[in-house]
Amino acid sequence: MKWMKNLKNYTPPAFKVIRDDDRCIRCKACVEQCSFDATFYDEEEDKIWNWDANCVSCDRCAAICPTEAITVETRGYSYRHNYSWGSHIDSLKKRAIFGGTPVVSMGNDKPYKIYWDHLLLNASQVTNPSIDPLREPMELKTFLGKKPHSLSLKDGKPDTRIYPQLELNVPIMFAAMSYGALSYNVVEALGRAAQHVGTFYNSGEGGLNKDHYKFQGNIIVQVASGRFGVHKPYLDVGSAIEIKIGQGAKPGIGGHLPGEKVTETISETRMMPQGSDAISPAPHHDVYSIEDLRQLIYALKEATEYSKPIIVKIAAVHNVAAIASGITRAGADIICIDGFKGGTGASPQVIRDNVGLPIEMALAVVDTRLRDEGIRQDISIIASGGIRNSMDVVKAIALGADAVYIGTAALLAIGCTMCQQCHTGKCAWGITTQDPHLSKRVNPDIASQRLINLLDVWALEIKETMGAMGINSIESLRGNRLNLRGIDLTEKEMEILGVLPAGE
Amino acid sequence: MELSKDISGCGVAGFINTDGSLISGIDIVDSITLMKDRGNGLGAGFAAYGIYPDFKDFYALHIMYDNEQARKITEEYLDRKLHIEQHGGMPTRPIKKKRPIFFVYFVKPREQSTKVESEEFRTDEEDEFIVKLVMYINEKIDGAFVVSSGKNMGVFKGVGFPDEIANFFRVDEYKAFCWTAHNRFPTNTPGWWGGAHPFSLLGWSVVHNGEISSYGANKRYLEMYEYKCTQKTDTEVIAYLLDLLARRHNLPFELIAKIFSPPLWSEIKKMDDEKRNLYTTLRMIYGGALLNGPFSIIVGFRGGMLGLNDRIKLRPLVAARKGNTIFMASEESAIRYVAKNLDEVWMPEAGEPIIVKLNEEAYKKVYG
Repeated sequence: MKWMKNLKNYTPPAFKVIRDDDRCIRCKACVEQCSFDATFYDEEEDKIWNWDANCVSCDRCAAICPTEAITVETRGYSYRHNYSWGSHIDSLKKRAIFGGTPVVSMGNDKPYKIYWDHLLLNASQVTNPSIDPLREPMELKTFLGKKPHSLSLKDGKPDTRIYPQLELNVPIMFAAMSYGALSYNVVEALGRAAQHVGTFYNSGEGGLNKDHYKFQGNIIVQVASGRFGVHKPYLDVGSAIEIKIGQGAKPGIGGHLPGEKVTETISETRMMPQGSDAISPAPHHDVYSIEDLRQLIYALKEATEYSKPIIVKIAAVHNVAAIASGITRAGADIICIDGFKGGTGASPQVIRDNVGLPIEMALAVVDTRLRDEGIRQDISIIASGGIRNSMDVVKAIALGADAVYIGTAALLAIGCTMCQQCHTGKCAWGITTQDPHLSKRVNPDIASQRLINLLDVWALEIKETMGAMGINSIESLRGNRLNLRGIDLTEKEMEILGVLPAGE
Repeated sequence: MELSKDISGCGVAGFINTDGSLISGIDIVDSITLMKDRGNGLGAGFAAYGIYPDFKDFYALHIMYDNEQARKITEEYLDRKLHIEQHGGMPTRPIKKKRPIFFVYFVKPREQSTKVESEEFRTDEEDEFIVKLVMYINEKIDGAFVVSSGKNMGVFKGVGFPDEIANFFRVDEYKAFCWTAHNRFPTNTPGWWGGAHPFSLLGWSVVHNGEISSYGANKRYLEMYEYKCTQKTDTEVIAYLLDLLARRHNLPFELIAKIFSPPLWSEIKKMDDEKRNLYTTLRMIYGGALLNGPFSIIVGFRGGMLGLNDRIKLRPLVAARKGNTIFMASEESAIRYVAKNLDEVWMPEAGEPIIVKLNEEAYKKVYG
């Protein structure tokens, strides 16, 4: 055997690869496909073995196996059952063995309450007719940006300054995921899909590869604390500029791209040395206060001659409502609130699993606060972090969002299986890797088509539910919490969400 | 958390003499009563314009009280805030069922109360002052409800069939140049007299057949501009939106109709640059004021009347003209019953408003 177990740094494997030897034809496709060294071929014995400790349960081997000989199973803990310690045992051991804090990826996977699943939608019966979206017009067009409070007319023509807006055919955009975190082909697919559907994808904080400038008109460019790849042409190509203050998966922490993923092209795009970790500072070092943020917002507006909206993205944290109010008054045109279920390419586990707020709560309190202060027209709200399906989108809009960002959902459409290994750069599905051998596994033609399909189907599902509610335009759903009812929620939770209990 | 709403079917009717000539309430009662099937006896009402020529410079407050205590509190409050030119119980005929008491007050804000003296609100503008006063009474004084508050107009409404309500309020004895009426078919009623239509604020009155599916969105939009929806029905949002858009934002009725029932994006796309720009801007700014769901409404306003359907015409509305009189109703029969030999009859398209105004001379005569 090539591989030997080393007791010194042993933690029990989380998964078990089961192989049906009768079915296995020794084609070695699984060996070739596994990027985590969990599968190998022993020539002497003409047998394929698995090193379970390395398996991440990405399911690539099972998917590629022509004879369906492979099943990957979750292994139960072999330790004596202990309710209070459970997974903490291995988690603690890893820190003790390796002397470092574990970095993880994707969103918070702990069993916190998911409020989307406690909200029910309304439909029309008799007293108003439901509308069939296949036969009647049903409108999803959305404008993001600051709106004037009223229109003044001069000789019958509008005489009110209209601020720059993002025009969306569907109220769904692709969230910030950098080139670096994602492979080239995935960015290409996101760009093509956004262009085709009439929405936007977000460059993330890693700059923009020169090839992707062709998506001008459908790009939101991000300016984060590391300022990687930020220069004038980059700002100019964006339809909006997003200042990233925080991210739901790691509030209070800056971006982190492990050096393994900083290849030559990434280093060129990011304007940083090859192979070194790209670590963005936790705060922007020119934004230590709300008044500093105002300066950055206006610096970016000046640099782009007030031609595009400025988005400020924050993680949902405890006093998110007050922060959102400050951001509105600081001059942002759009605010993105990222809930604690939001994904990441790399985050310290302790932060991801313990910090932040559910997006449902954060969204509800922000929308309410901005309305109470009479400044809701001054800013648009993007909700993100844990949007899993079209009904989450409908519920988010009914709670008060103008649009949503999807990140994880978009990657799933392309083939991601949520094995949570983005930070390793070894993604066997070619999505979050810079290894050319792996990244060519994503075909941009197929991937973009899948993204287009996803948005088309979600759009139709949204239209169906709107039609059922008897409304034919998305603005009548926006903030319409009367179309939501809470189930299995406490009175306080419903008060915060601003919804009535089911039956009332 | 005041998040509930009432939903209802209904019949509507209205007419206006553009020459300002005044006629009694008999015709409107006949017209709305013909559509008896459209109601279920749980609400009816009338709005009449031009009925108080002797007090045309005063706001006519029609106030409904559940009991004497509410009246006492309200009147103390009114005394403090307003100059009351004249007031008294509204003329009514006896009926058998339990009913609230109704008073009318012809008032003007006192000069000092519009500026500094007032504790709850300060404003230099009379209309704004009256709006806040109405909101205050409706929200804060238990058992008191301001039915209407415009100049030279008034609303008569309650729980019952239209002919019963008309009889109770002696509608036949008033003379108006414009009448609107409502026959209600609520599917979820608190059986409350204030919940009947028309809904009214200042000179606005709204009779409405339909259900505003966007109510939750409209209500929260209005709350940003300090309107409080206290009446547990979707129709009041229309009255408040009219006040916001017409009085405070100074928009013409043609555009307000297009805010309530905007053209589809596919239609906007085909417009010439100027119109496309206008309609895109309207939808962008006033998305919260879009009225979605089935409706036909007849709006009475100072010097005119407006009829409008939802953007895909899910409820009926017919219009007709005979000489100087324009009629609107849920059903054509309701018009033909009171006006023979009409000059024209038409069905307005989805979202196309019918706006009728008094001619200039008549306006001067009525409002002087």
